Amino acid sequence: MSLSGAAAEPHTEQPFLQHHFALPEQQAEASKIGMWLFLVTEILLFGGLFAGYGVMRMLHAEAFHQAHAHLDRALGALNTVVLLVSSFTMAMAVHSARRGERRKLVLFLALTLSLAGVFLGVKYVEYSHKFHDGLLPGRLYAHRGDATAGQFMFFSFYFLMTGLHGLHVAAGMAVIAWLLRRARRGEFSARYYTPVDLTGLYWHLVDMIWIYLFPMLYLIS
Amino acid sequence: MTGRNYLNERRGLWSWLTTRDHKRIGVMYLWSTLLAFFLGGVFALLIRLELLTPGKTVMSADTYNKMFTLHGAVMIFLFIIPSIPAALGNFVLPLLLGAKDVAFPRLNLASYYLYLAGALMALATLAMGGIDTGWTFYTPYSTSTGGAVNLVTLAVFVLGFSSIFTGINFIATVHKLRAPGMSWFRMPLFVWGMYATAVIQILATPVLGITVLLLLMERLLGIGIFDPKLGGDPVLFQHFFWFYSHPAVYIMILPGMAIISEVIPVFSRRPIFGYRAIAFSSVAIAGVSFLVWGHHMFVSGQSVLASAIFSFLTFLVAIPSAVKVFNWVATMYRGSISLQAPMLYAISFLLLFAIGGLTGLFLGALATDVHLHDTYFVVAHFHYVMMGGTVIAFLAGLHYWWPKMFGRMYSERWSRVAAALIFVGFNATFLAQFVMGSRGMPRRYYNYLPEFQPLHILSTAGSWVLALGLLIMAGYLLASLRRRPDAPPNPWGGLTLEWQTGSPPPTHNFERTPRVEGGPYDFHLVSEEAAAGRQR
Amino acid sequence: MSTASQAESSPRTYLRVLAALLALTAVTVLAAGVNFGAPSINVVIALAIASLKGSLVALYFMHLRHERPMNAVIFLTGMAMLAIFLMFCFLDTASREPVAPSAAPAAQAAGALRPSSARILRAS
Repeated sequence: MSLSGAAAEPHTEQPFLQHHFALPEQQAEASKIGMWLFLVTEILLFGGLFAGYGVMRMLHAEAFHQAHAHLDRALGALNTVVLLVSSFTMAMAVHSARRGERRKLVLFLALTLSLAGVFLGVKYVEYSHKFHDGLLPGRLYAHRGDATAGQFMFFSFYFLMTGLHGLHVAAGMAVIAWLLRRARRGEFSARYYTPVDLTGLYWHLVDMIWIYLFPMLYLIS
Repeated sequence: MTGRNYLNERRGLWSWLTTRDHKRIGVMYLWSTLLAFFLGGVFALLIRLELLTPGKTVMSADTYNKMFTLHGAVMIFLFIIPSIPAALGNFVLPLLLGAKDVAFPRLNLASYYLYLAGALMALATLAMGGIDTGWTFYTPYSTSTGGAVNLVTLAVFVLGFSSIFTGINFIATVHKLRAPGMSWFRMPLFVWGMYATAVIQILATPVLGITVLLLLMERLLGIGIFDPKLGGDPVLFQHFFWFYSHPAVYIMILPGMAIISEVIPVFSRRPIFGYRAIAFSSVAIAGVSFLVWGHHMFVSGQSVLASAIFSFLTFLVAIPSAVKVFNWVATMYRGSISLQAPMLYAISFLLLFAIGGLTGLFLGALATDVHLHDTYFVVAHFHYVMMGGTVIAFLAGLHYWWPKMFGRMYSERWSRVAAALIFVGFNATFLAQFVMGSRGMPRRYYNYLPEFQPLHILSTAGSWVLALGLLIMAGYLLASLRRRPDAPPNPWGGLTLEWQTGSPPPTHNFERTPRVEGGPYDFHLVSEEAAAGRQR
Repeated sequence: MSTASQAESSPRTYLRVLAALLALTAVTVLAAGVNFGAPSINVVIALAIASLKGSLVALYFMHLRHERPMNAVIFLTGMAMLAIFLMFCFLDTASREPVAPSAAPAAQAAGALRPSSARILRAS
């Protein structure tokens, strides 16, 4: 594959191909590697929270056990289902983009966005209940009648972990909304849909984090 | 070479602020990190000035605590971690690979702006009363003290992302943008070093991010994770902190070693001894670096079992480093050595890094560490590896690639003067600290027993000699910029790809995409006159 | 990325994966209510199911099954590092006494802080 002379044509035909890449496949693969590397940083970022949660749980098993009973398992499970389905719709969006099916791409992106909105809505409901009951992090904790002291720490982690996760969901929604706009304008094709692909990866990771969060916070007793 | 190059092709401040050219980004990083180095150096000189006498010399104890905190934080986060990767690495990596740019040029520019933002936030704390927690921010002091801790932890968070973005860029670039014919084992060893560094940046930095986030939340909300009064564990903070900060020191040294692997073959006119061993040792160091962080915590209350495991693993990490030192020396054996500035620094590195590395073993052994922890022995150890190692290697790289970056040669005579002063001053400053540390002088102390004063005086005098050498260096380097651009494409006779294009290079790096058919150090295959040599 | 050489899962497969994920979610909720003896067994089961779900997401939704191995290597390396971090933290915590001997956390300070380094120095 001699590249030295023939640089001009691929770039003018394919405006999405940046000047320092010779071929679209090369650029797409590089972007994917970059995205996976970024996802690893997210894994370690959240992982730190899991580590802190795990250690504190080891040290205060009884308090954590009692505190977690305040969480609404049904809502948590509902949110799990919502995110799993949104992952499916996102995968379908990428699939449609890859085949150049613009309408389906738009549809599935819109579905994913809506489901994400539902997720945040459910979280809002959950948080409202917690606020109402004084189940807040750290020194804001105002719940009365705890059998074991120290349940506030469970809620410190609950809010930190679901809060950080929720921020990532919100950021994901913003990106998906932007993708939706671009998709409706026809900016993606079978030859170029990298932003959709990369956003999909991000979204699946957000789902994966919740897959671990849900049992750790809501279920384990 | 006066001609169109990346410096003059587009002019004006805006063209720099919106550039996507890795070379320009590298240059911006260079000036920024050098400025940080200067600032951190000023703090250091003030520390050493205060320590001339026991008791108060020129500042109060509170101010002293802020001095050493800022010296550490500025040097580590604003200078040493970004300098080689983001300044030299950004400039040189694509050239070494025969590429036109890094994989994600816009991400590169974003990384620089994040660095600037974090730097400005950190420096703003100076105006807010500063911080006095030590650069390590240990709890519970850091969660309960006033001051600008919140702002500085946010700054660290932002700087962390700058580092991560650089790491992402480098890994993707090495995977996908090598020139035709450049297999993994034909890459220059600088690239291997940067790759290993990038792996650490990706894996370790996020944990620093969550650490400072947790610290912030502990301060703002009292979440309880690190506060024993609330049921938390301050030792947990240290686990979190050192999980990043130990690998971070390998983020600092691997790029330095990478430079040495470039300079020694060129200035010995010999192929590197044990290319694969050096390449694999970079990766091995990166891997093992994640397994040893508890050696900073032997006396913190960490369990004896964990400490023993960490101590054992710490001895392991010395092995790949030693492999490199042996291979570099073996490269020089029967070589045709030219003692120009890059090589003077490289040889200094070999000695100073060896001392630094060996003294790490005393600290890695549990029994001796109990006595040496938090003494000046530790301070001397890490200055030998970070300054005698990384900074000296950085200077080697700066002198090696300066003609390529700016198209000018600097004064050879003054560079030797500076190198000599730096070498002498550095050793005077820090050898004294090994001695006083082993005799019990604690680190971060404002007051000390009178018996330590002669060594402190020696150390301070050394710091002045060191500073003088660095100032002279700044002088002739800046002076060189006022000369006509007269550097040839290949002033050192190197065989790697960056020497096959102009000094300074054109914006698009190469007129024609290089095609690689040989290794980067095949000096045994080219003739002596091949000053315009090529990686065949 | 027009390379047809890159295989990809079909929508059918995606649906099947979704069904599996939903089923596993049901399993994990049900399993949480069962008493297996020790609470740690519940933890292990929950983590195992979560990892299974995560693997399905990674392999199929995130295309790791059909792509170059490098992406999977990157992902697994990240997980491995996390595992190391978790392991050492837990190992340390499990092999020493809690920092505050009155282990129940209290919102108010309950006496002076015991310096944790005192333990090692006393022991040596």
